[in-house]
Amino acid sequence: MTQLERQQWDVVVVGAGGAGLRAAIEARERGARTAVICKSLFGKAHTVMAEGGIAASMGNVNAGDNWQVHFRDTMRGGKFLNQWRMAELHAREAPDRVWELETWGALFDRTADGKISQRNFGGHEYPRLAHVGDRTGLELIRTLQQKIVSLQQEDKEEFGDYEARLKIFQECTVTRVLKEHSLKDGERVAGAFCYERESGRFFVLEAPSVVLATGGIGKSFKVTSNSWEYTGDGHALALLAGAPLLNMEFVQFHPTGMVWPPSVKGILVTESVRGDGGVLRNSEGKRFMFDYIPDVFKEKYAQSEEEGDRWYEDPDNNRRPPELLPRDEVARAINSEVKAGRGSPHGGVFLDVSTRMPAEVIRRRLPSMYHQFKELADVDITAEPMEVGPTCHYVMGGIAVESDTAAAVGVPGLFAAGEVAGGMHGSNRLGGNSLSDLLVFGRRAGLHAAEYAEGVRERPTVQDGQIDEAAAEALRPFSAEGPQPGEENGKPPENPYTLHQELQQTMNDLVGIIRRGAEMEQALDRLAGLRVRARRAGVEGHRQFNPGWHLALDLRNMLLVSECIARAALERTESRGGHTREDCPAMEREWRRANLLCQLVDPTGGLAATDPVRGQIALVRKTTEPIRPDLLALFDKEELVKYLAEEELYE
Amino acid sequence: MSSYTAAFKVWRGDADGGELRDFAVEVNDGEVVLDIIHRLQATQASDLAVRWNCKAGKCGSCSAEINGRPRLLCMTRMSVFSREETITVTPLRAFPVVRDLVTDVSFNYAKAREVPSFVPPPGVRAGEYRMQQMDVERSQEFRKCIECFLCQDTCHVVRDHEENKAAFAGPRFLMRVAELDMHPLDAAGEAGLDRKKAAHDEHGLGYCNITKCCTEVCPEGIKITDNALIPLKERAVDRKYDPLVWLGNKIRRRGAED
Amino acid sequence: MATGTEPPQVNTGVHGAARAAIGPRHLRTDRWWLAPALTAGGLLAFVVYSTWRAFANADYYAAPYVSPFYSPCLAENCEPMRGGPNWEIFGSWWGLSPALLILIFPLGFRLTCYYYRKAYYRGFWASPPACAVAEPHKKYSGETRFPLILQNIHRYFFYTAIPVAGILTYDTVLAFRDEHYEWGHMGLGTLVLLVNIVLIWAYTVSCHSCRHIIGGRLKHFSKHPVRYRLWSWVGKLNERHTVLAWASLISVALADFYVYLVASGAFDDPRLF
Repeated sequence: MTQLERQQWDVVVVGAGGAGLRAAIEARERGARTAVICKSLFGKAHTVMAEGGIAASMGNVNAGDNWQVHFRDTMRGGKFLNQWRMAELHAREAPDRVWELETWGALFDRTADGKISQRNFGGHEYPRLAHVGDRTGLELIRTLQQKIVSLQQEDKEEFGDYEARLKIFQECTVTRVLKEHSLKDGERVAGAFCYERESGRFFVLEAPSVVLATGGIGKSFKVTSNSWEYTGDGHALALLAGAPLLNMEFVQFHPTGMVWPPSVKGILVTESVRGDGGVLRNSEGKRFMFDYIPDVFKEKYAQSEEEGDRWYEDPDNNRRPPELLPRDEVARAINSEVKAGRGSPHGGVFLDVSTRMPAEVIRRRLPSMYHQFKELADVDITAEPMEVGPTCHYVMGGIAVESDTAAAVGVPGLFAAGEVAGGMHGSNRLGGNSLSDLLVFGRRAGLHAAEYAEGVRERPTVQDGQIDEAAAEALRPFSAEGPQPGEENGKPPENPYTLHQELQQTMNDLVGIIRRGAEMEQALDRLAGLRVRARRAGVEGHRQFNPGWHLALDLRNMLLVSECIARAALERTESRGGHTREDCPAMEREWRRANLLCQLVDPTGGLAATDPVRGQIALVRKTTEPIRPDLLALFDKEELVKYLAEEELYE
Repeated sequence: MSSYTAAFKVWRGDADGGELRDFAVEVNDGEVVLDIIHRLQATQASDLAVRWNCKAGKCGSCSAEINGRPRLLCMTRMSVFSREETITVTPLRAFPVVRDLVTDVSFNYAKAREVPSFVPPPGVRAGEYRMQQMDVERSQEFRKCIECFLCQDTCHVVRDHEENKAAFAGPRFLMRVAELDMHPLDAAGEAGLDRKKAAHDEHGLGYCNITKCCTEVCPEGIKITDNALIPLKERAVDRKYDPLVWLGNKIRRRGAED
Repeated sequence: MATGTEPPQVNTGVHGAARAAIGPRHLRTDRWWLAPALTAGGLLAFVVYSTWRAFANADYYAAPYVSPFYSPCLAENCEPMRGGPNWEIFGSWWGLSPALLILIFPLGFRLTCYYYRKAYYRGFWASPPACAVAEPHKKYSGETRFPLILQNIHRYFFYTAIPVAGILTYDTVLAFRDEHYEWGHMGLGTLVLLVNIVLIWAYTVSCHSCRHIIGGRLKHFSKHPVRYRLWSWVGKLNERHTVLAWASLISVALADFYVYLVASGAFDDPRLF
């Protein structure tokens, strides 16, 4: 039996980004002893990368804004596939979540009357994004981090120990959510199996509630704006714990990532560049977005450059320029332009602010973009256009959760919030809705996780067998030289870096921004091959801060998630939001009500399934609940006709 | 696209010892030092330990020393070096080493906890905060900090004198004190907390001899010395060394800094 | 683990037991020593020159020009300067050079100046010699103890620097007279004094203490719009404090040297009008 340290907590939060920290703050304030565990240093989470802002209908800049308008925009952006109750809660609660940050010390940019300033963003009808220059994510993470420190200071006063009720386990990774299987309580969460990255030491956090807030999956793709942490850990942990994933085919490709130099390919160029007046041009100098306004948005967007330009000054009497269409539309448009041979020298298109604003204004309003291009590409964005192209940015799909409680479906004690949770954004997320999502559902997850933990009569116990299995699984890469039973002898262990690169290439080429049935079948084949090889991924050295080992362990998660994406994308024979099928280009109203749930084929939770061909994931189709009538009433009938099936309209 | 082979020296080892190891590694157009470290991991040293995250100079994880200067690995372009030059990469030298390029930066987190948090103004509800842009700008500059801890690493007060770590918060956290003291709505004063005095008495502001290395290394270009540390020193002087201000405050009984 | 480089004997700082075992006290490949060497050289040159001139007690007045080192002249042994800054506060008992009485103030102002502190801590004390270059000292207490804790009185020297600059301004105005004290003259010396006084003021006003006093100490700029504007303006100058410190240091030495040349008869002041 593996001897290791066990600690008892009430709530364990996996991930220390916006959602995780907000959940931890809430749980701790509700009295739960809370542990946060994160792969990086505290305060480095991917949330810092968010630039544009936090969407919340405070109405500080345009008083016409309210939660109903925000809800409407969110549903439109998601092409009505959103879990509508989540979209409603999100729109209603976002302003409170933003204002609360100010009481914790956040310093947003201000309006002339001293309120929080709000900026325009793609898909939002009014200026809605609370922001700090273009480093809003940093402000968010720092504010939450400092709030946690302040709670720890209170605990220090009261108990003499900063970590009495709230502790951050930084640079640690969770490899398994542990469960108790008892006759009395059935299956429920019992804790998490973790290792410390610095020492390689294993430990177990026992807790009745586990909140997954691990973010996204971008590292399965080659061109991505995501950091190394985004290996789909939470998605995989949930799957392995028996919770289904929802609508994994919807992956957002941000239209504007850097395309050159190669080493920074994919790094994000914030949407605020367009919100503040930046325009997209092809190699012929044409503002091509005017050619790509889809019918559903015809009435909402400017039809001429003149009107679009007037909108920045006079938004009430003009329609917005099509550069501010939802991200999926812009990404597809750029993709088409490049394919048609009208791209920029390095395979993107031109994004230009230099001819639209004085250099001084650019440097003030887009300081980090100025910095980023200057430092990384040697491009002065005040003097020349940027080259940009689509980059894998966000996954709309995720763990299927109850809208109100953020509880994962089917696994008592498991909660999920933020990017790892599915449903909120439907088939496509609007810019700015991510940070507000983190706060709204982070808080809800923390709240309900704490309540659930308090309501547990008997703490679940972690069985030794599970710990041994988890430990063996985690140590496998060190003993990978030996051949597996039934395999040919003499194969050297696989290099995890090579496997990772092949996985990224596969997903990028075959399940990328434009998808085709045959290619996705091919992708599933390749994934099966990679899965078999990944079992032989081996690493050198020892357990102390060994990145090769860490990657070998993350491969399991990326392979699981990639398979979910590929299978669901193959199944959904329509194009909608972040899922574009060249062979099924139309949006089908019938598909609107269909949710695709991914589940593990072998739910006993054994080591990753062995069948190379059939795969590890089974799909289940589920019909969504009808949208509540008062929410439907917020839309015009003509608009609903475009999205909803006949029978839904007349119910 | 042109590529060449560069000579690297990378420190490998742990707390028990280590050495600079030589590597010859391919370099392509437009790459940064972090790309080269990653190439070493993928091709020559799979267990080479390095911290990194965003690779865009936004998270402040990949701090190290390149040719003896504290830098972010992801923001140091290879094009600033000549092709003949040997590039030396070592871990931060002010903190205990863990392994290879990874150091134990817990000193910084301990110091962060010693700075009393923002005190919300009593009686002002969430949503009713009103602040003018001109009043938040100073603190906003300091909040650009990505906590890469390069300033903490380069500051000779702790880099060269381990024993000062107990008494000295370092530029990053003195700047945090300045940020809070300049926050237009921070109500520390009403709560009986004097941040100016605390900067001097609790956080070791007097150790700073304003030699500006923190400002030189800051990847965010924050003017730490001129805008945070010196103003904080002046504020401490108000409290500790200025009898006129002291007298004025006594007479008016309220802080002179509304 | 192989240990190629044995950690040196000094077990502190970058060679402390827990730090990465790297032999050299720095690994910088650039000419990091150049800046502190130039600083030290420049400051040393000024110290040598000004010491000679301050003790010389001669050739500091050539009507209508007075050397900034000797203004105001506060003892009885001063050369008489008609309408000039002769205030015999110290009377006749003072036998040394009258420059010593007044130079205390600008000296103190510059000695405690935030820029000069950096310059001489780096240049003379090697504390630190350059960024990420280990300093040679075993102990370091910064400005927490006597005597360096006295650096905190910088703002009082700033207060005294204002009247001194005012008097030098007055001297400059007087330089618009000719050698017979008739108004309406301008010579090269007038120009030298003019440039000098502009730089002196710019340096004085750009001082960090000034920036603090004028507005930096406020919590709410929005309630003090005038002081905010002044603060912004001083802030802009303050960004150039280093340059102004050197420029005014050089100009004050040159102004003195010019007066010396004229007073000693080595040079005739060219008249502009």
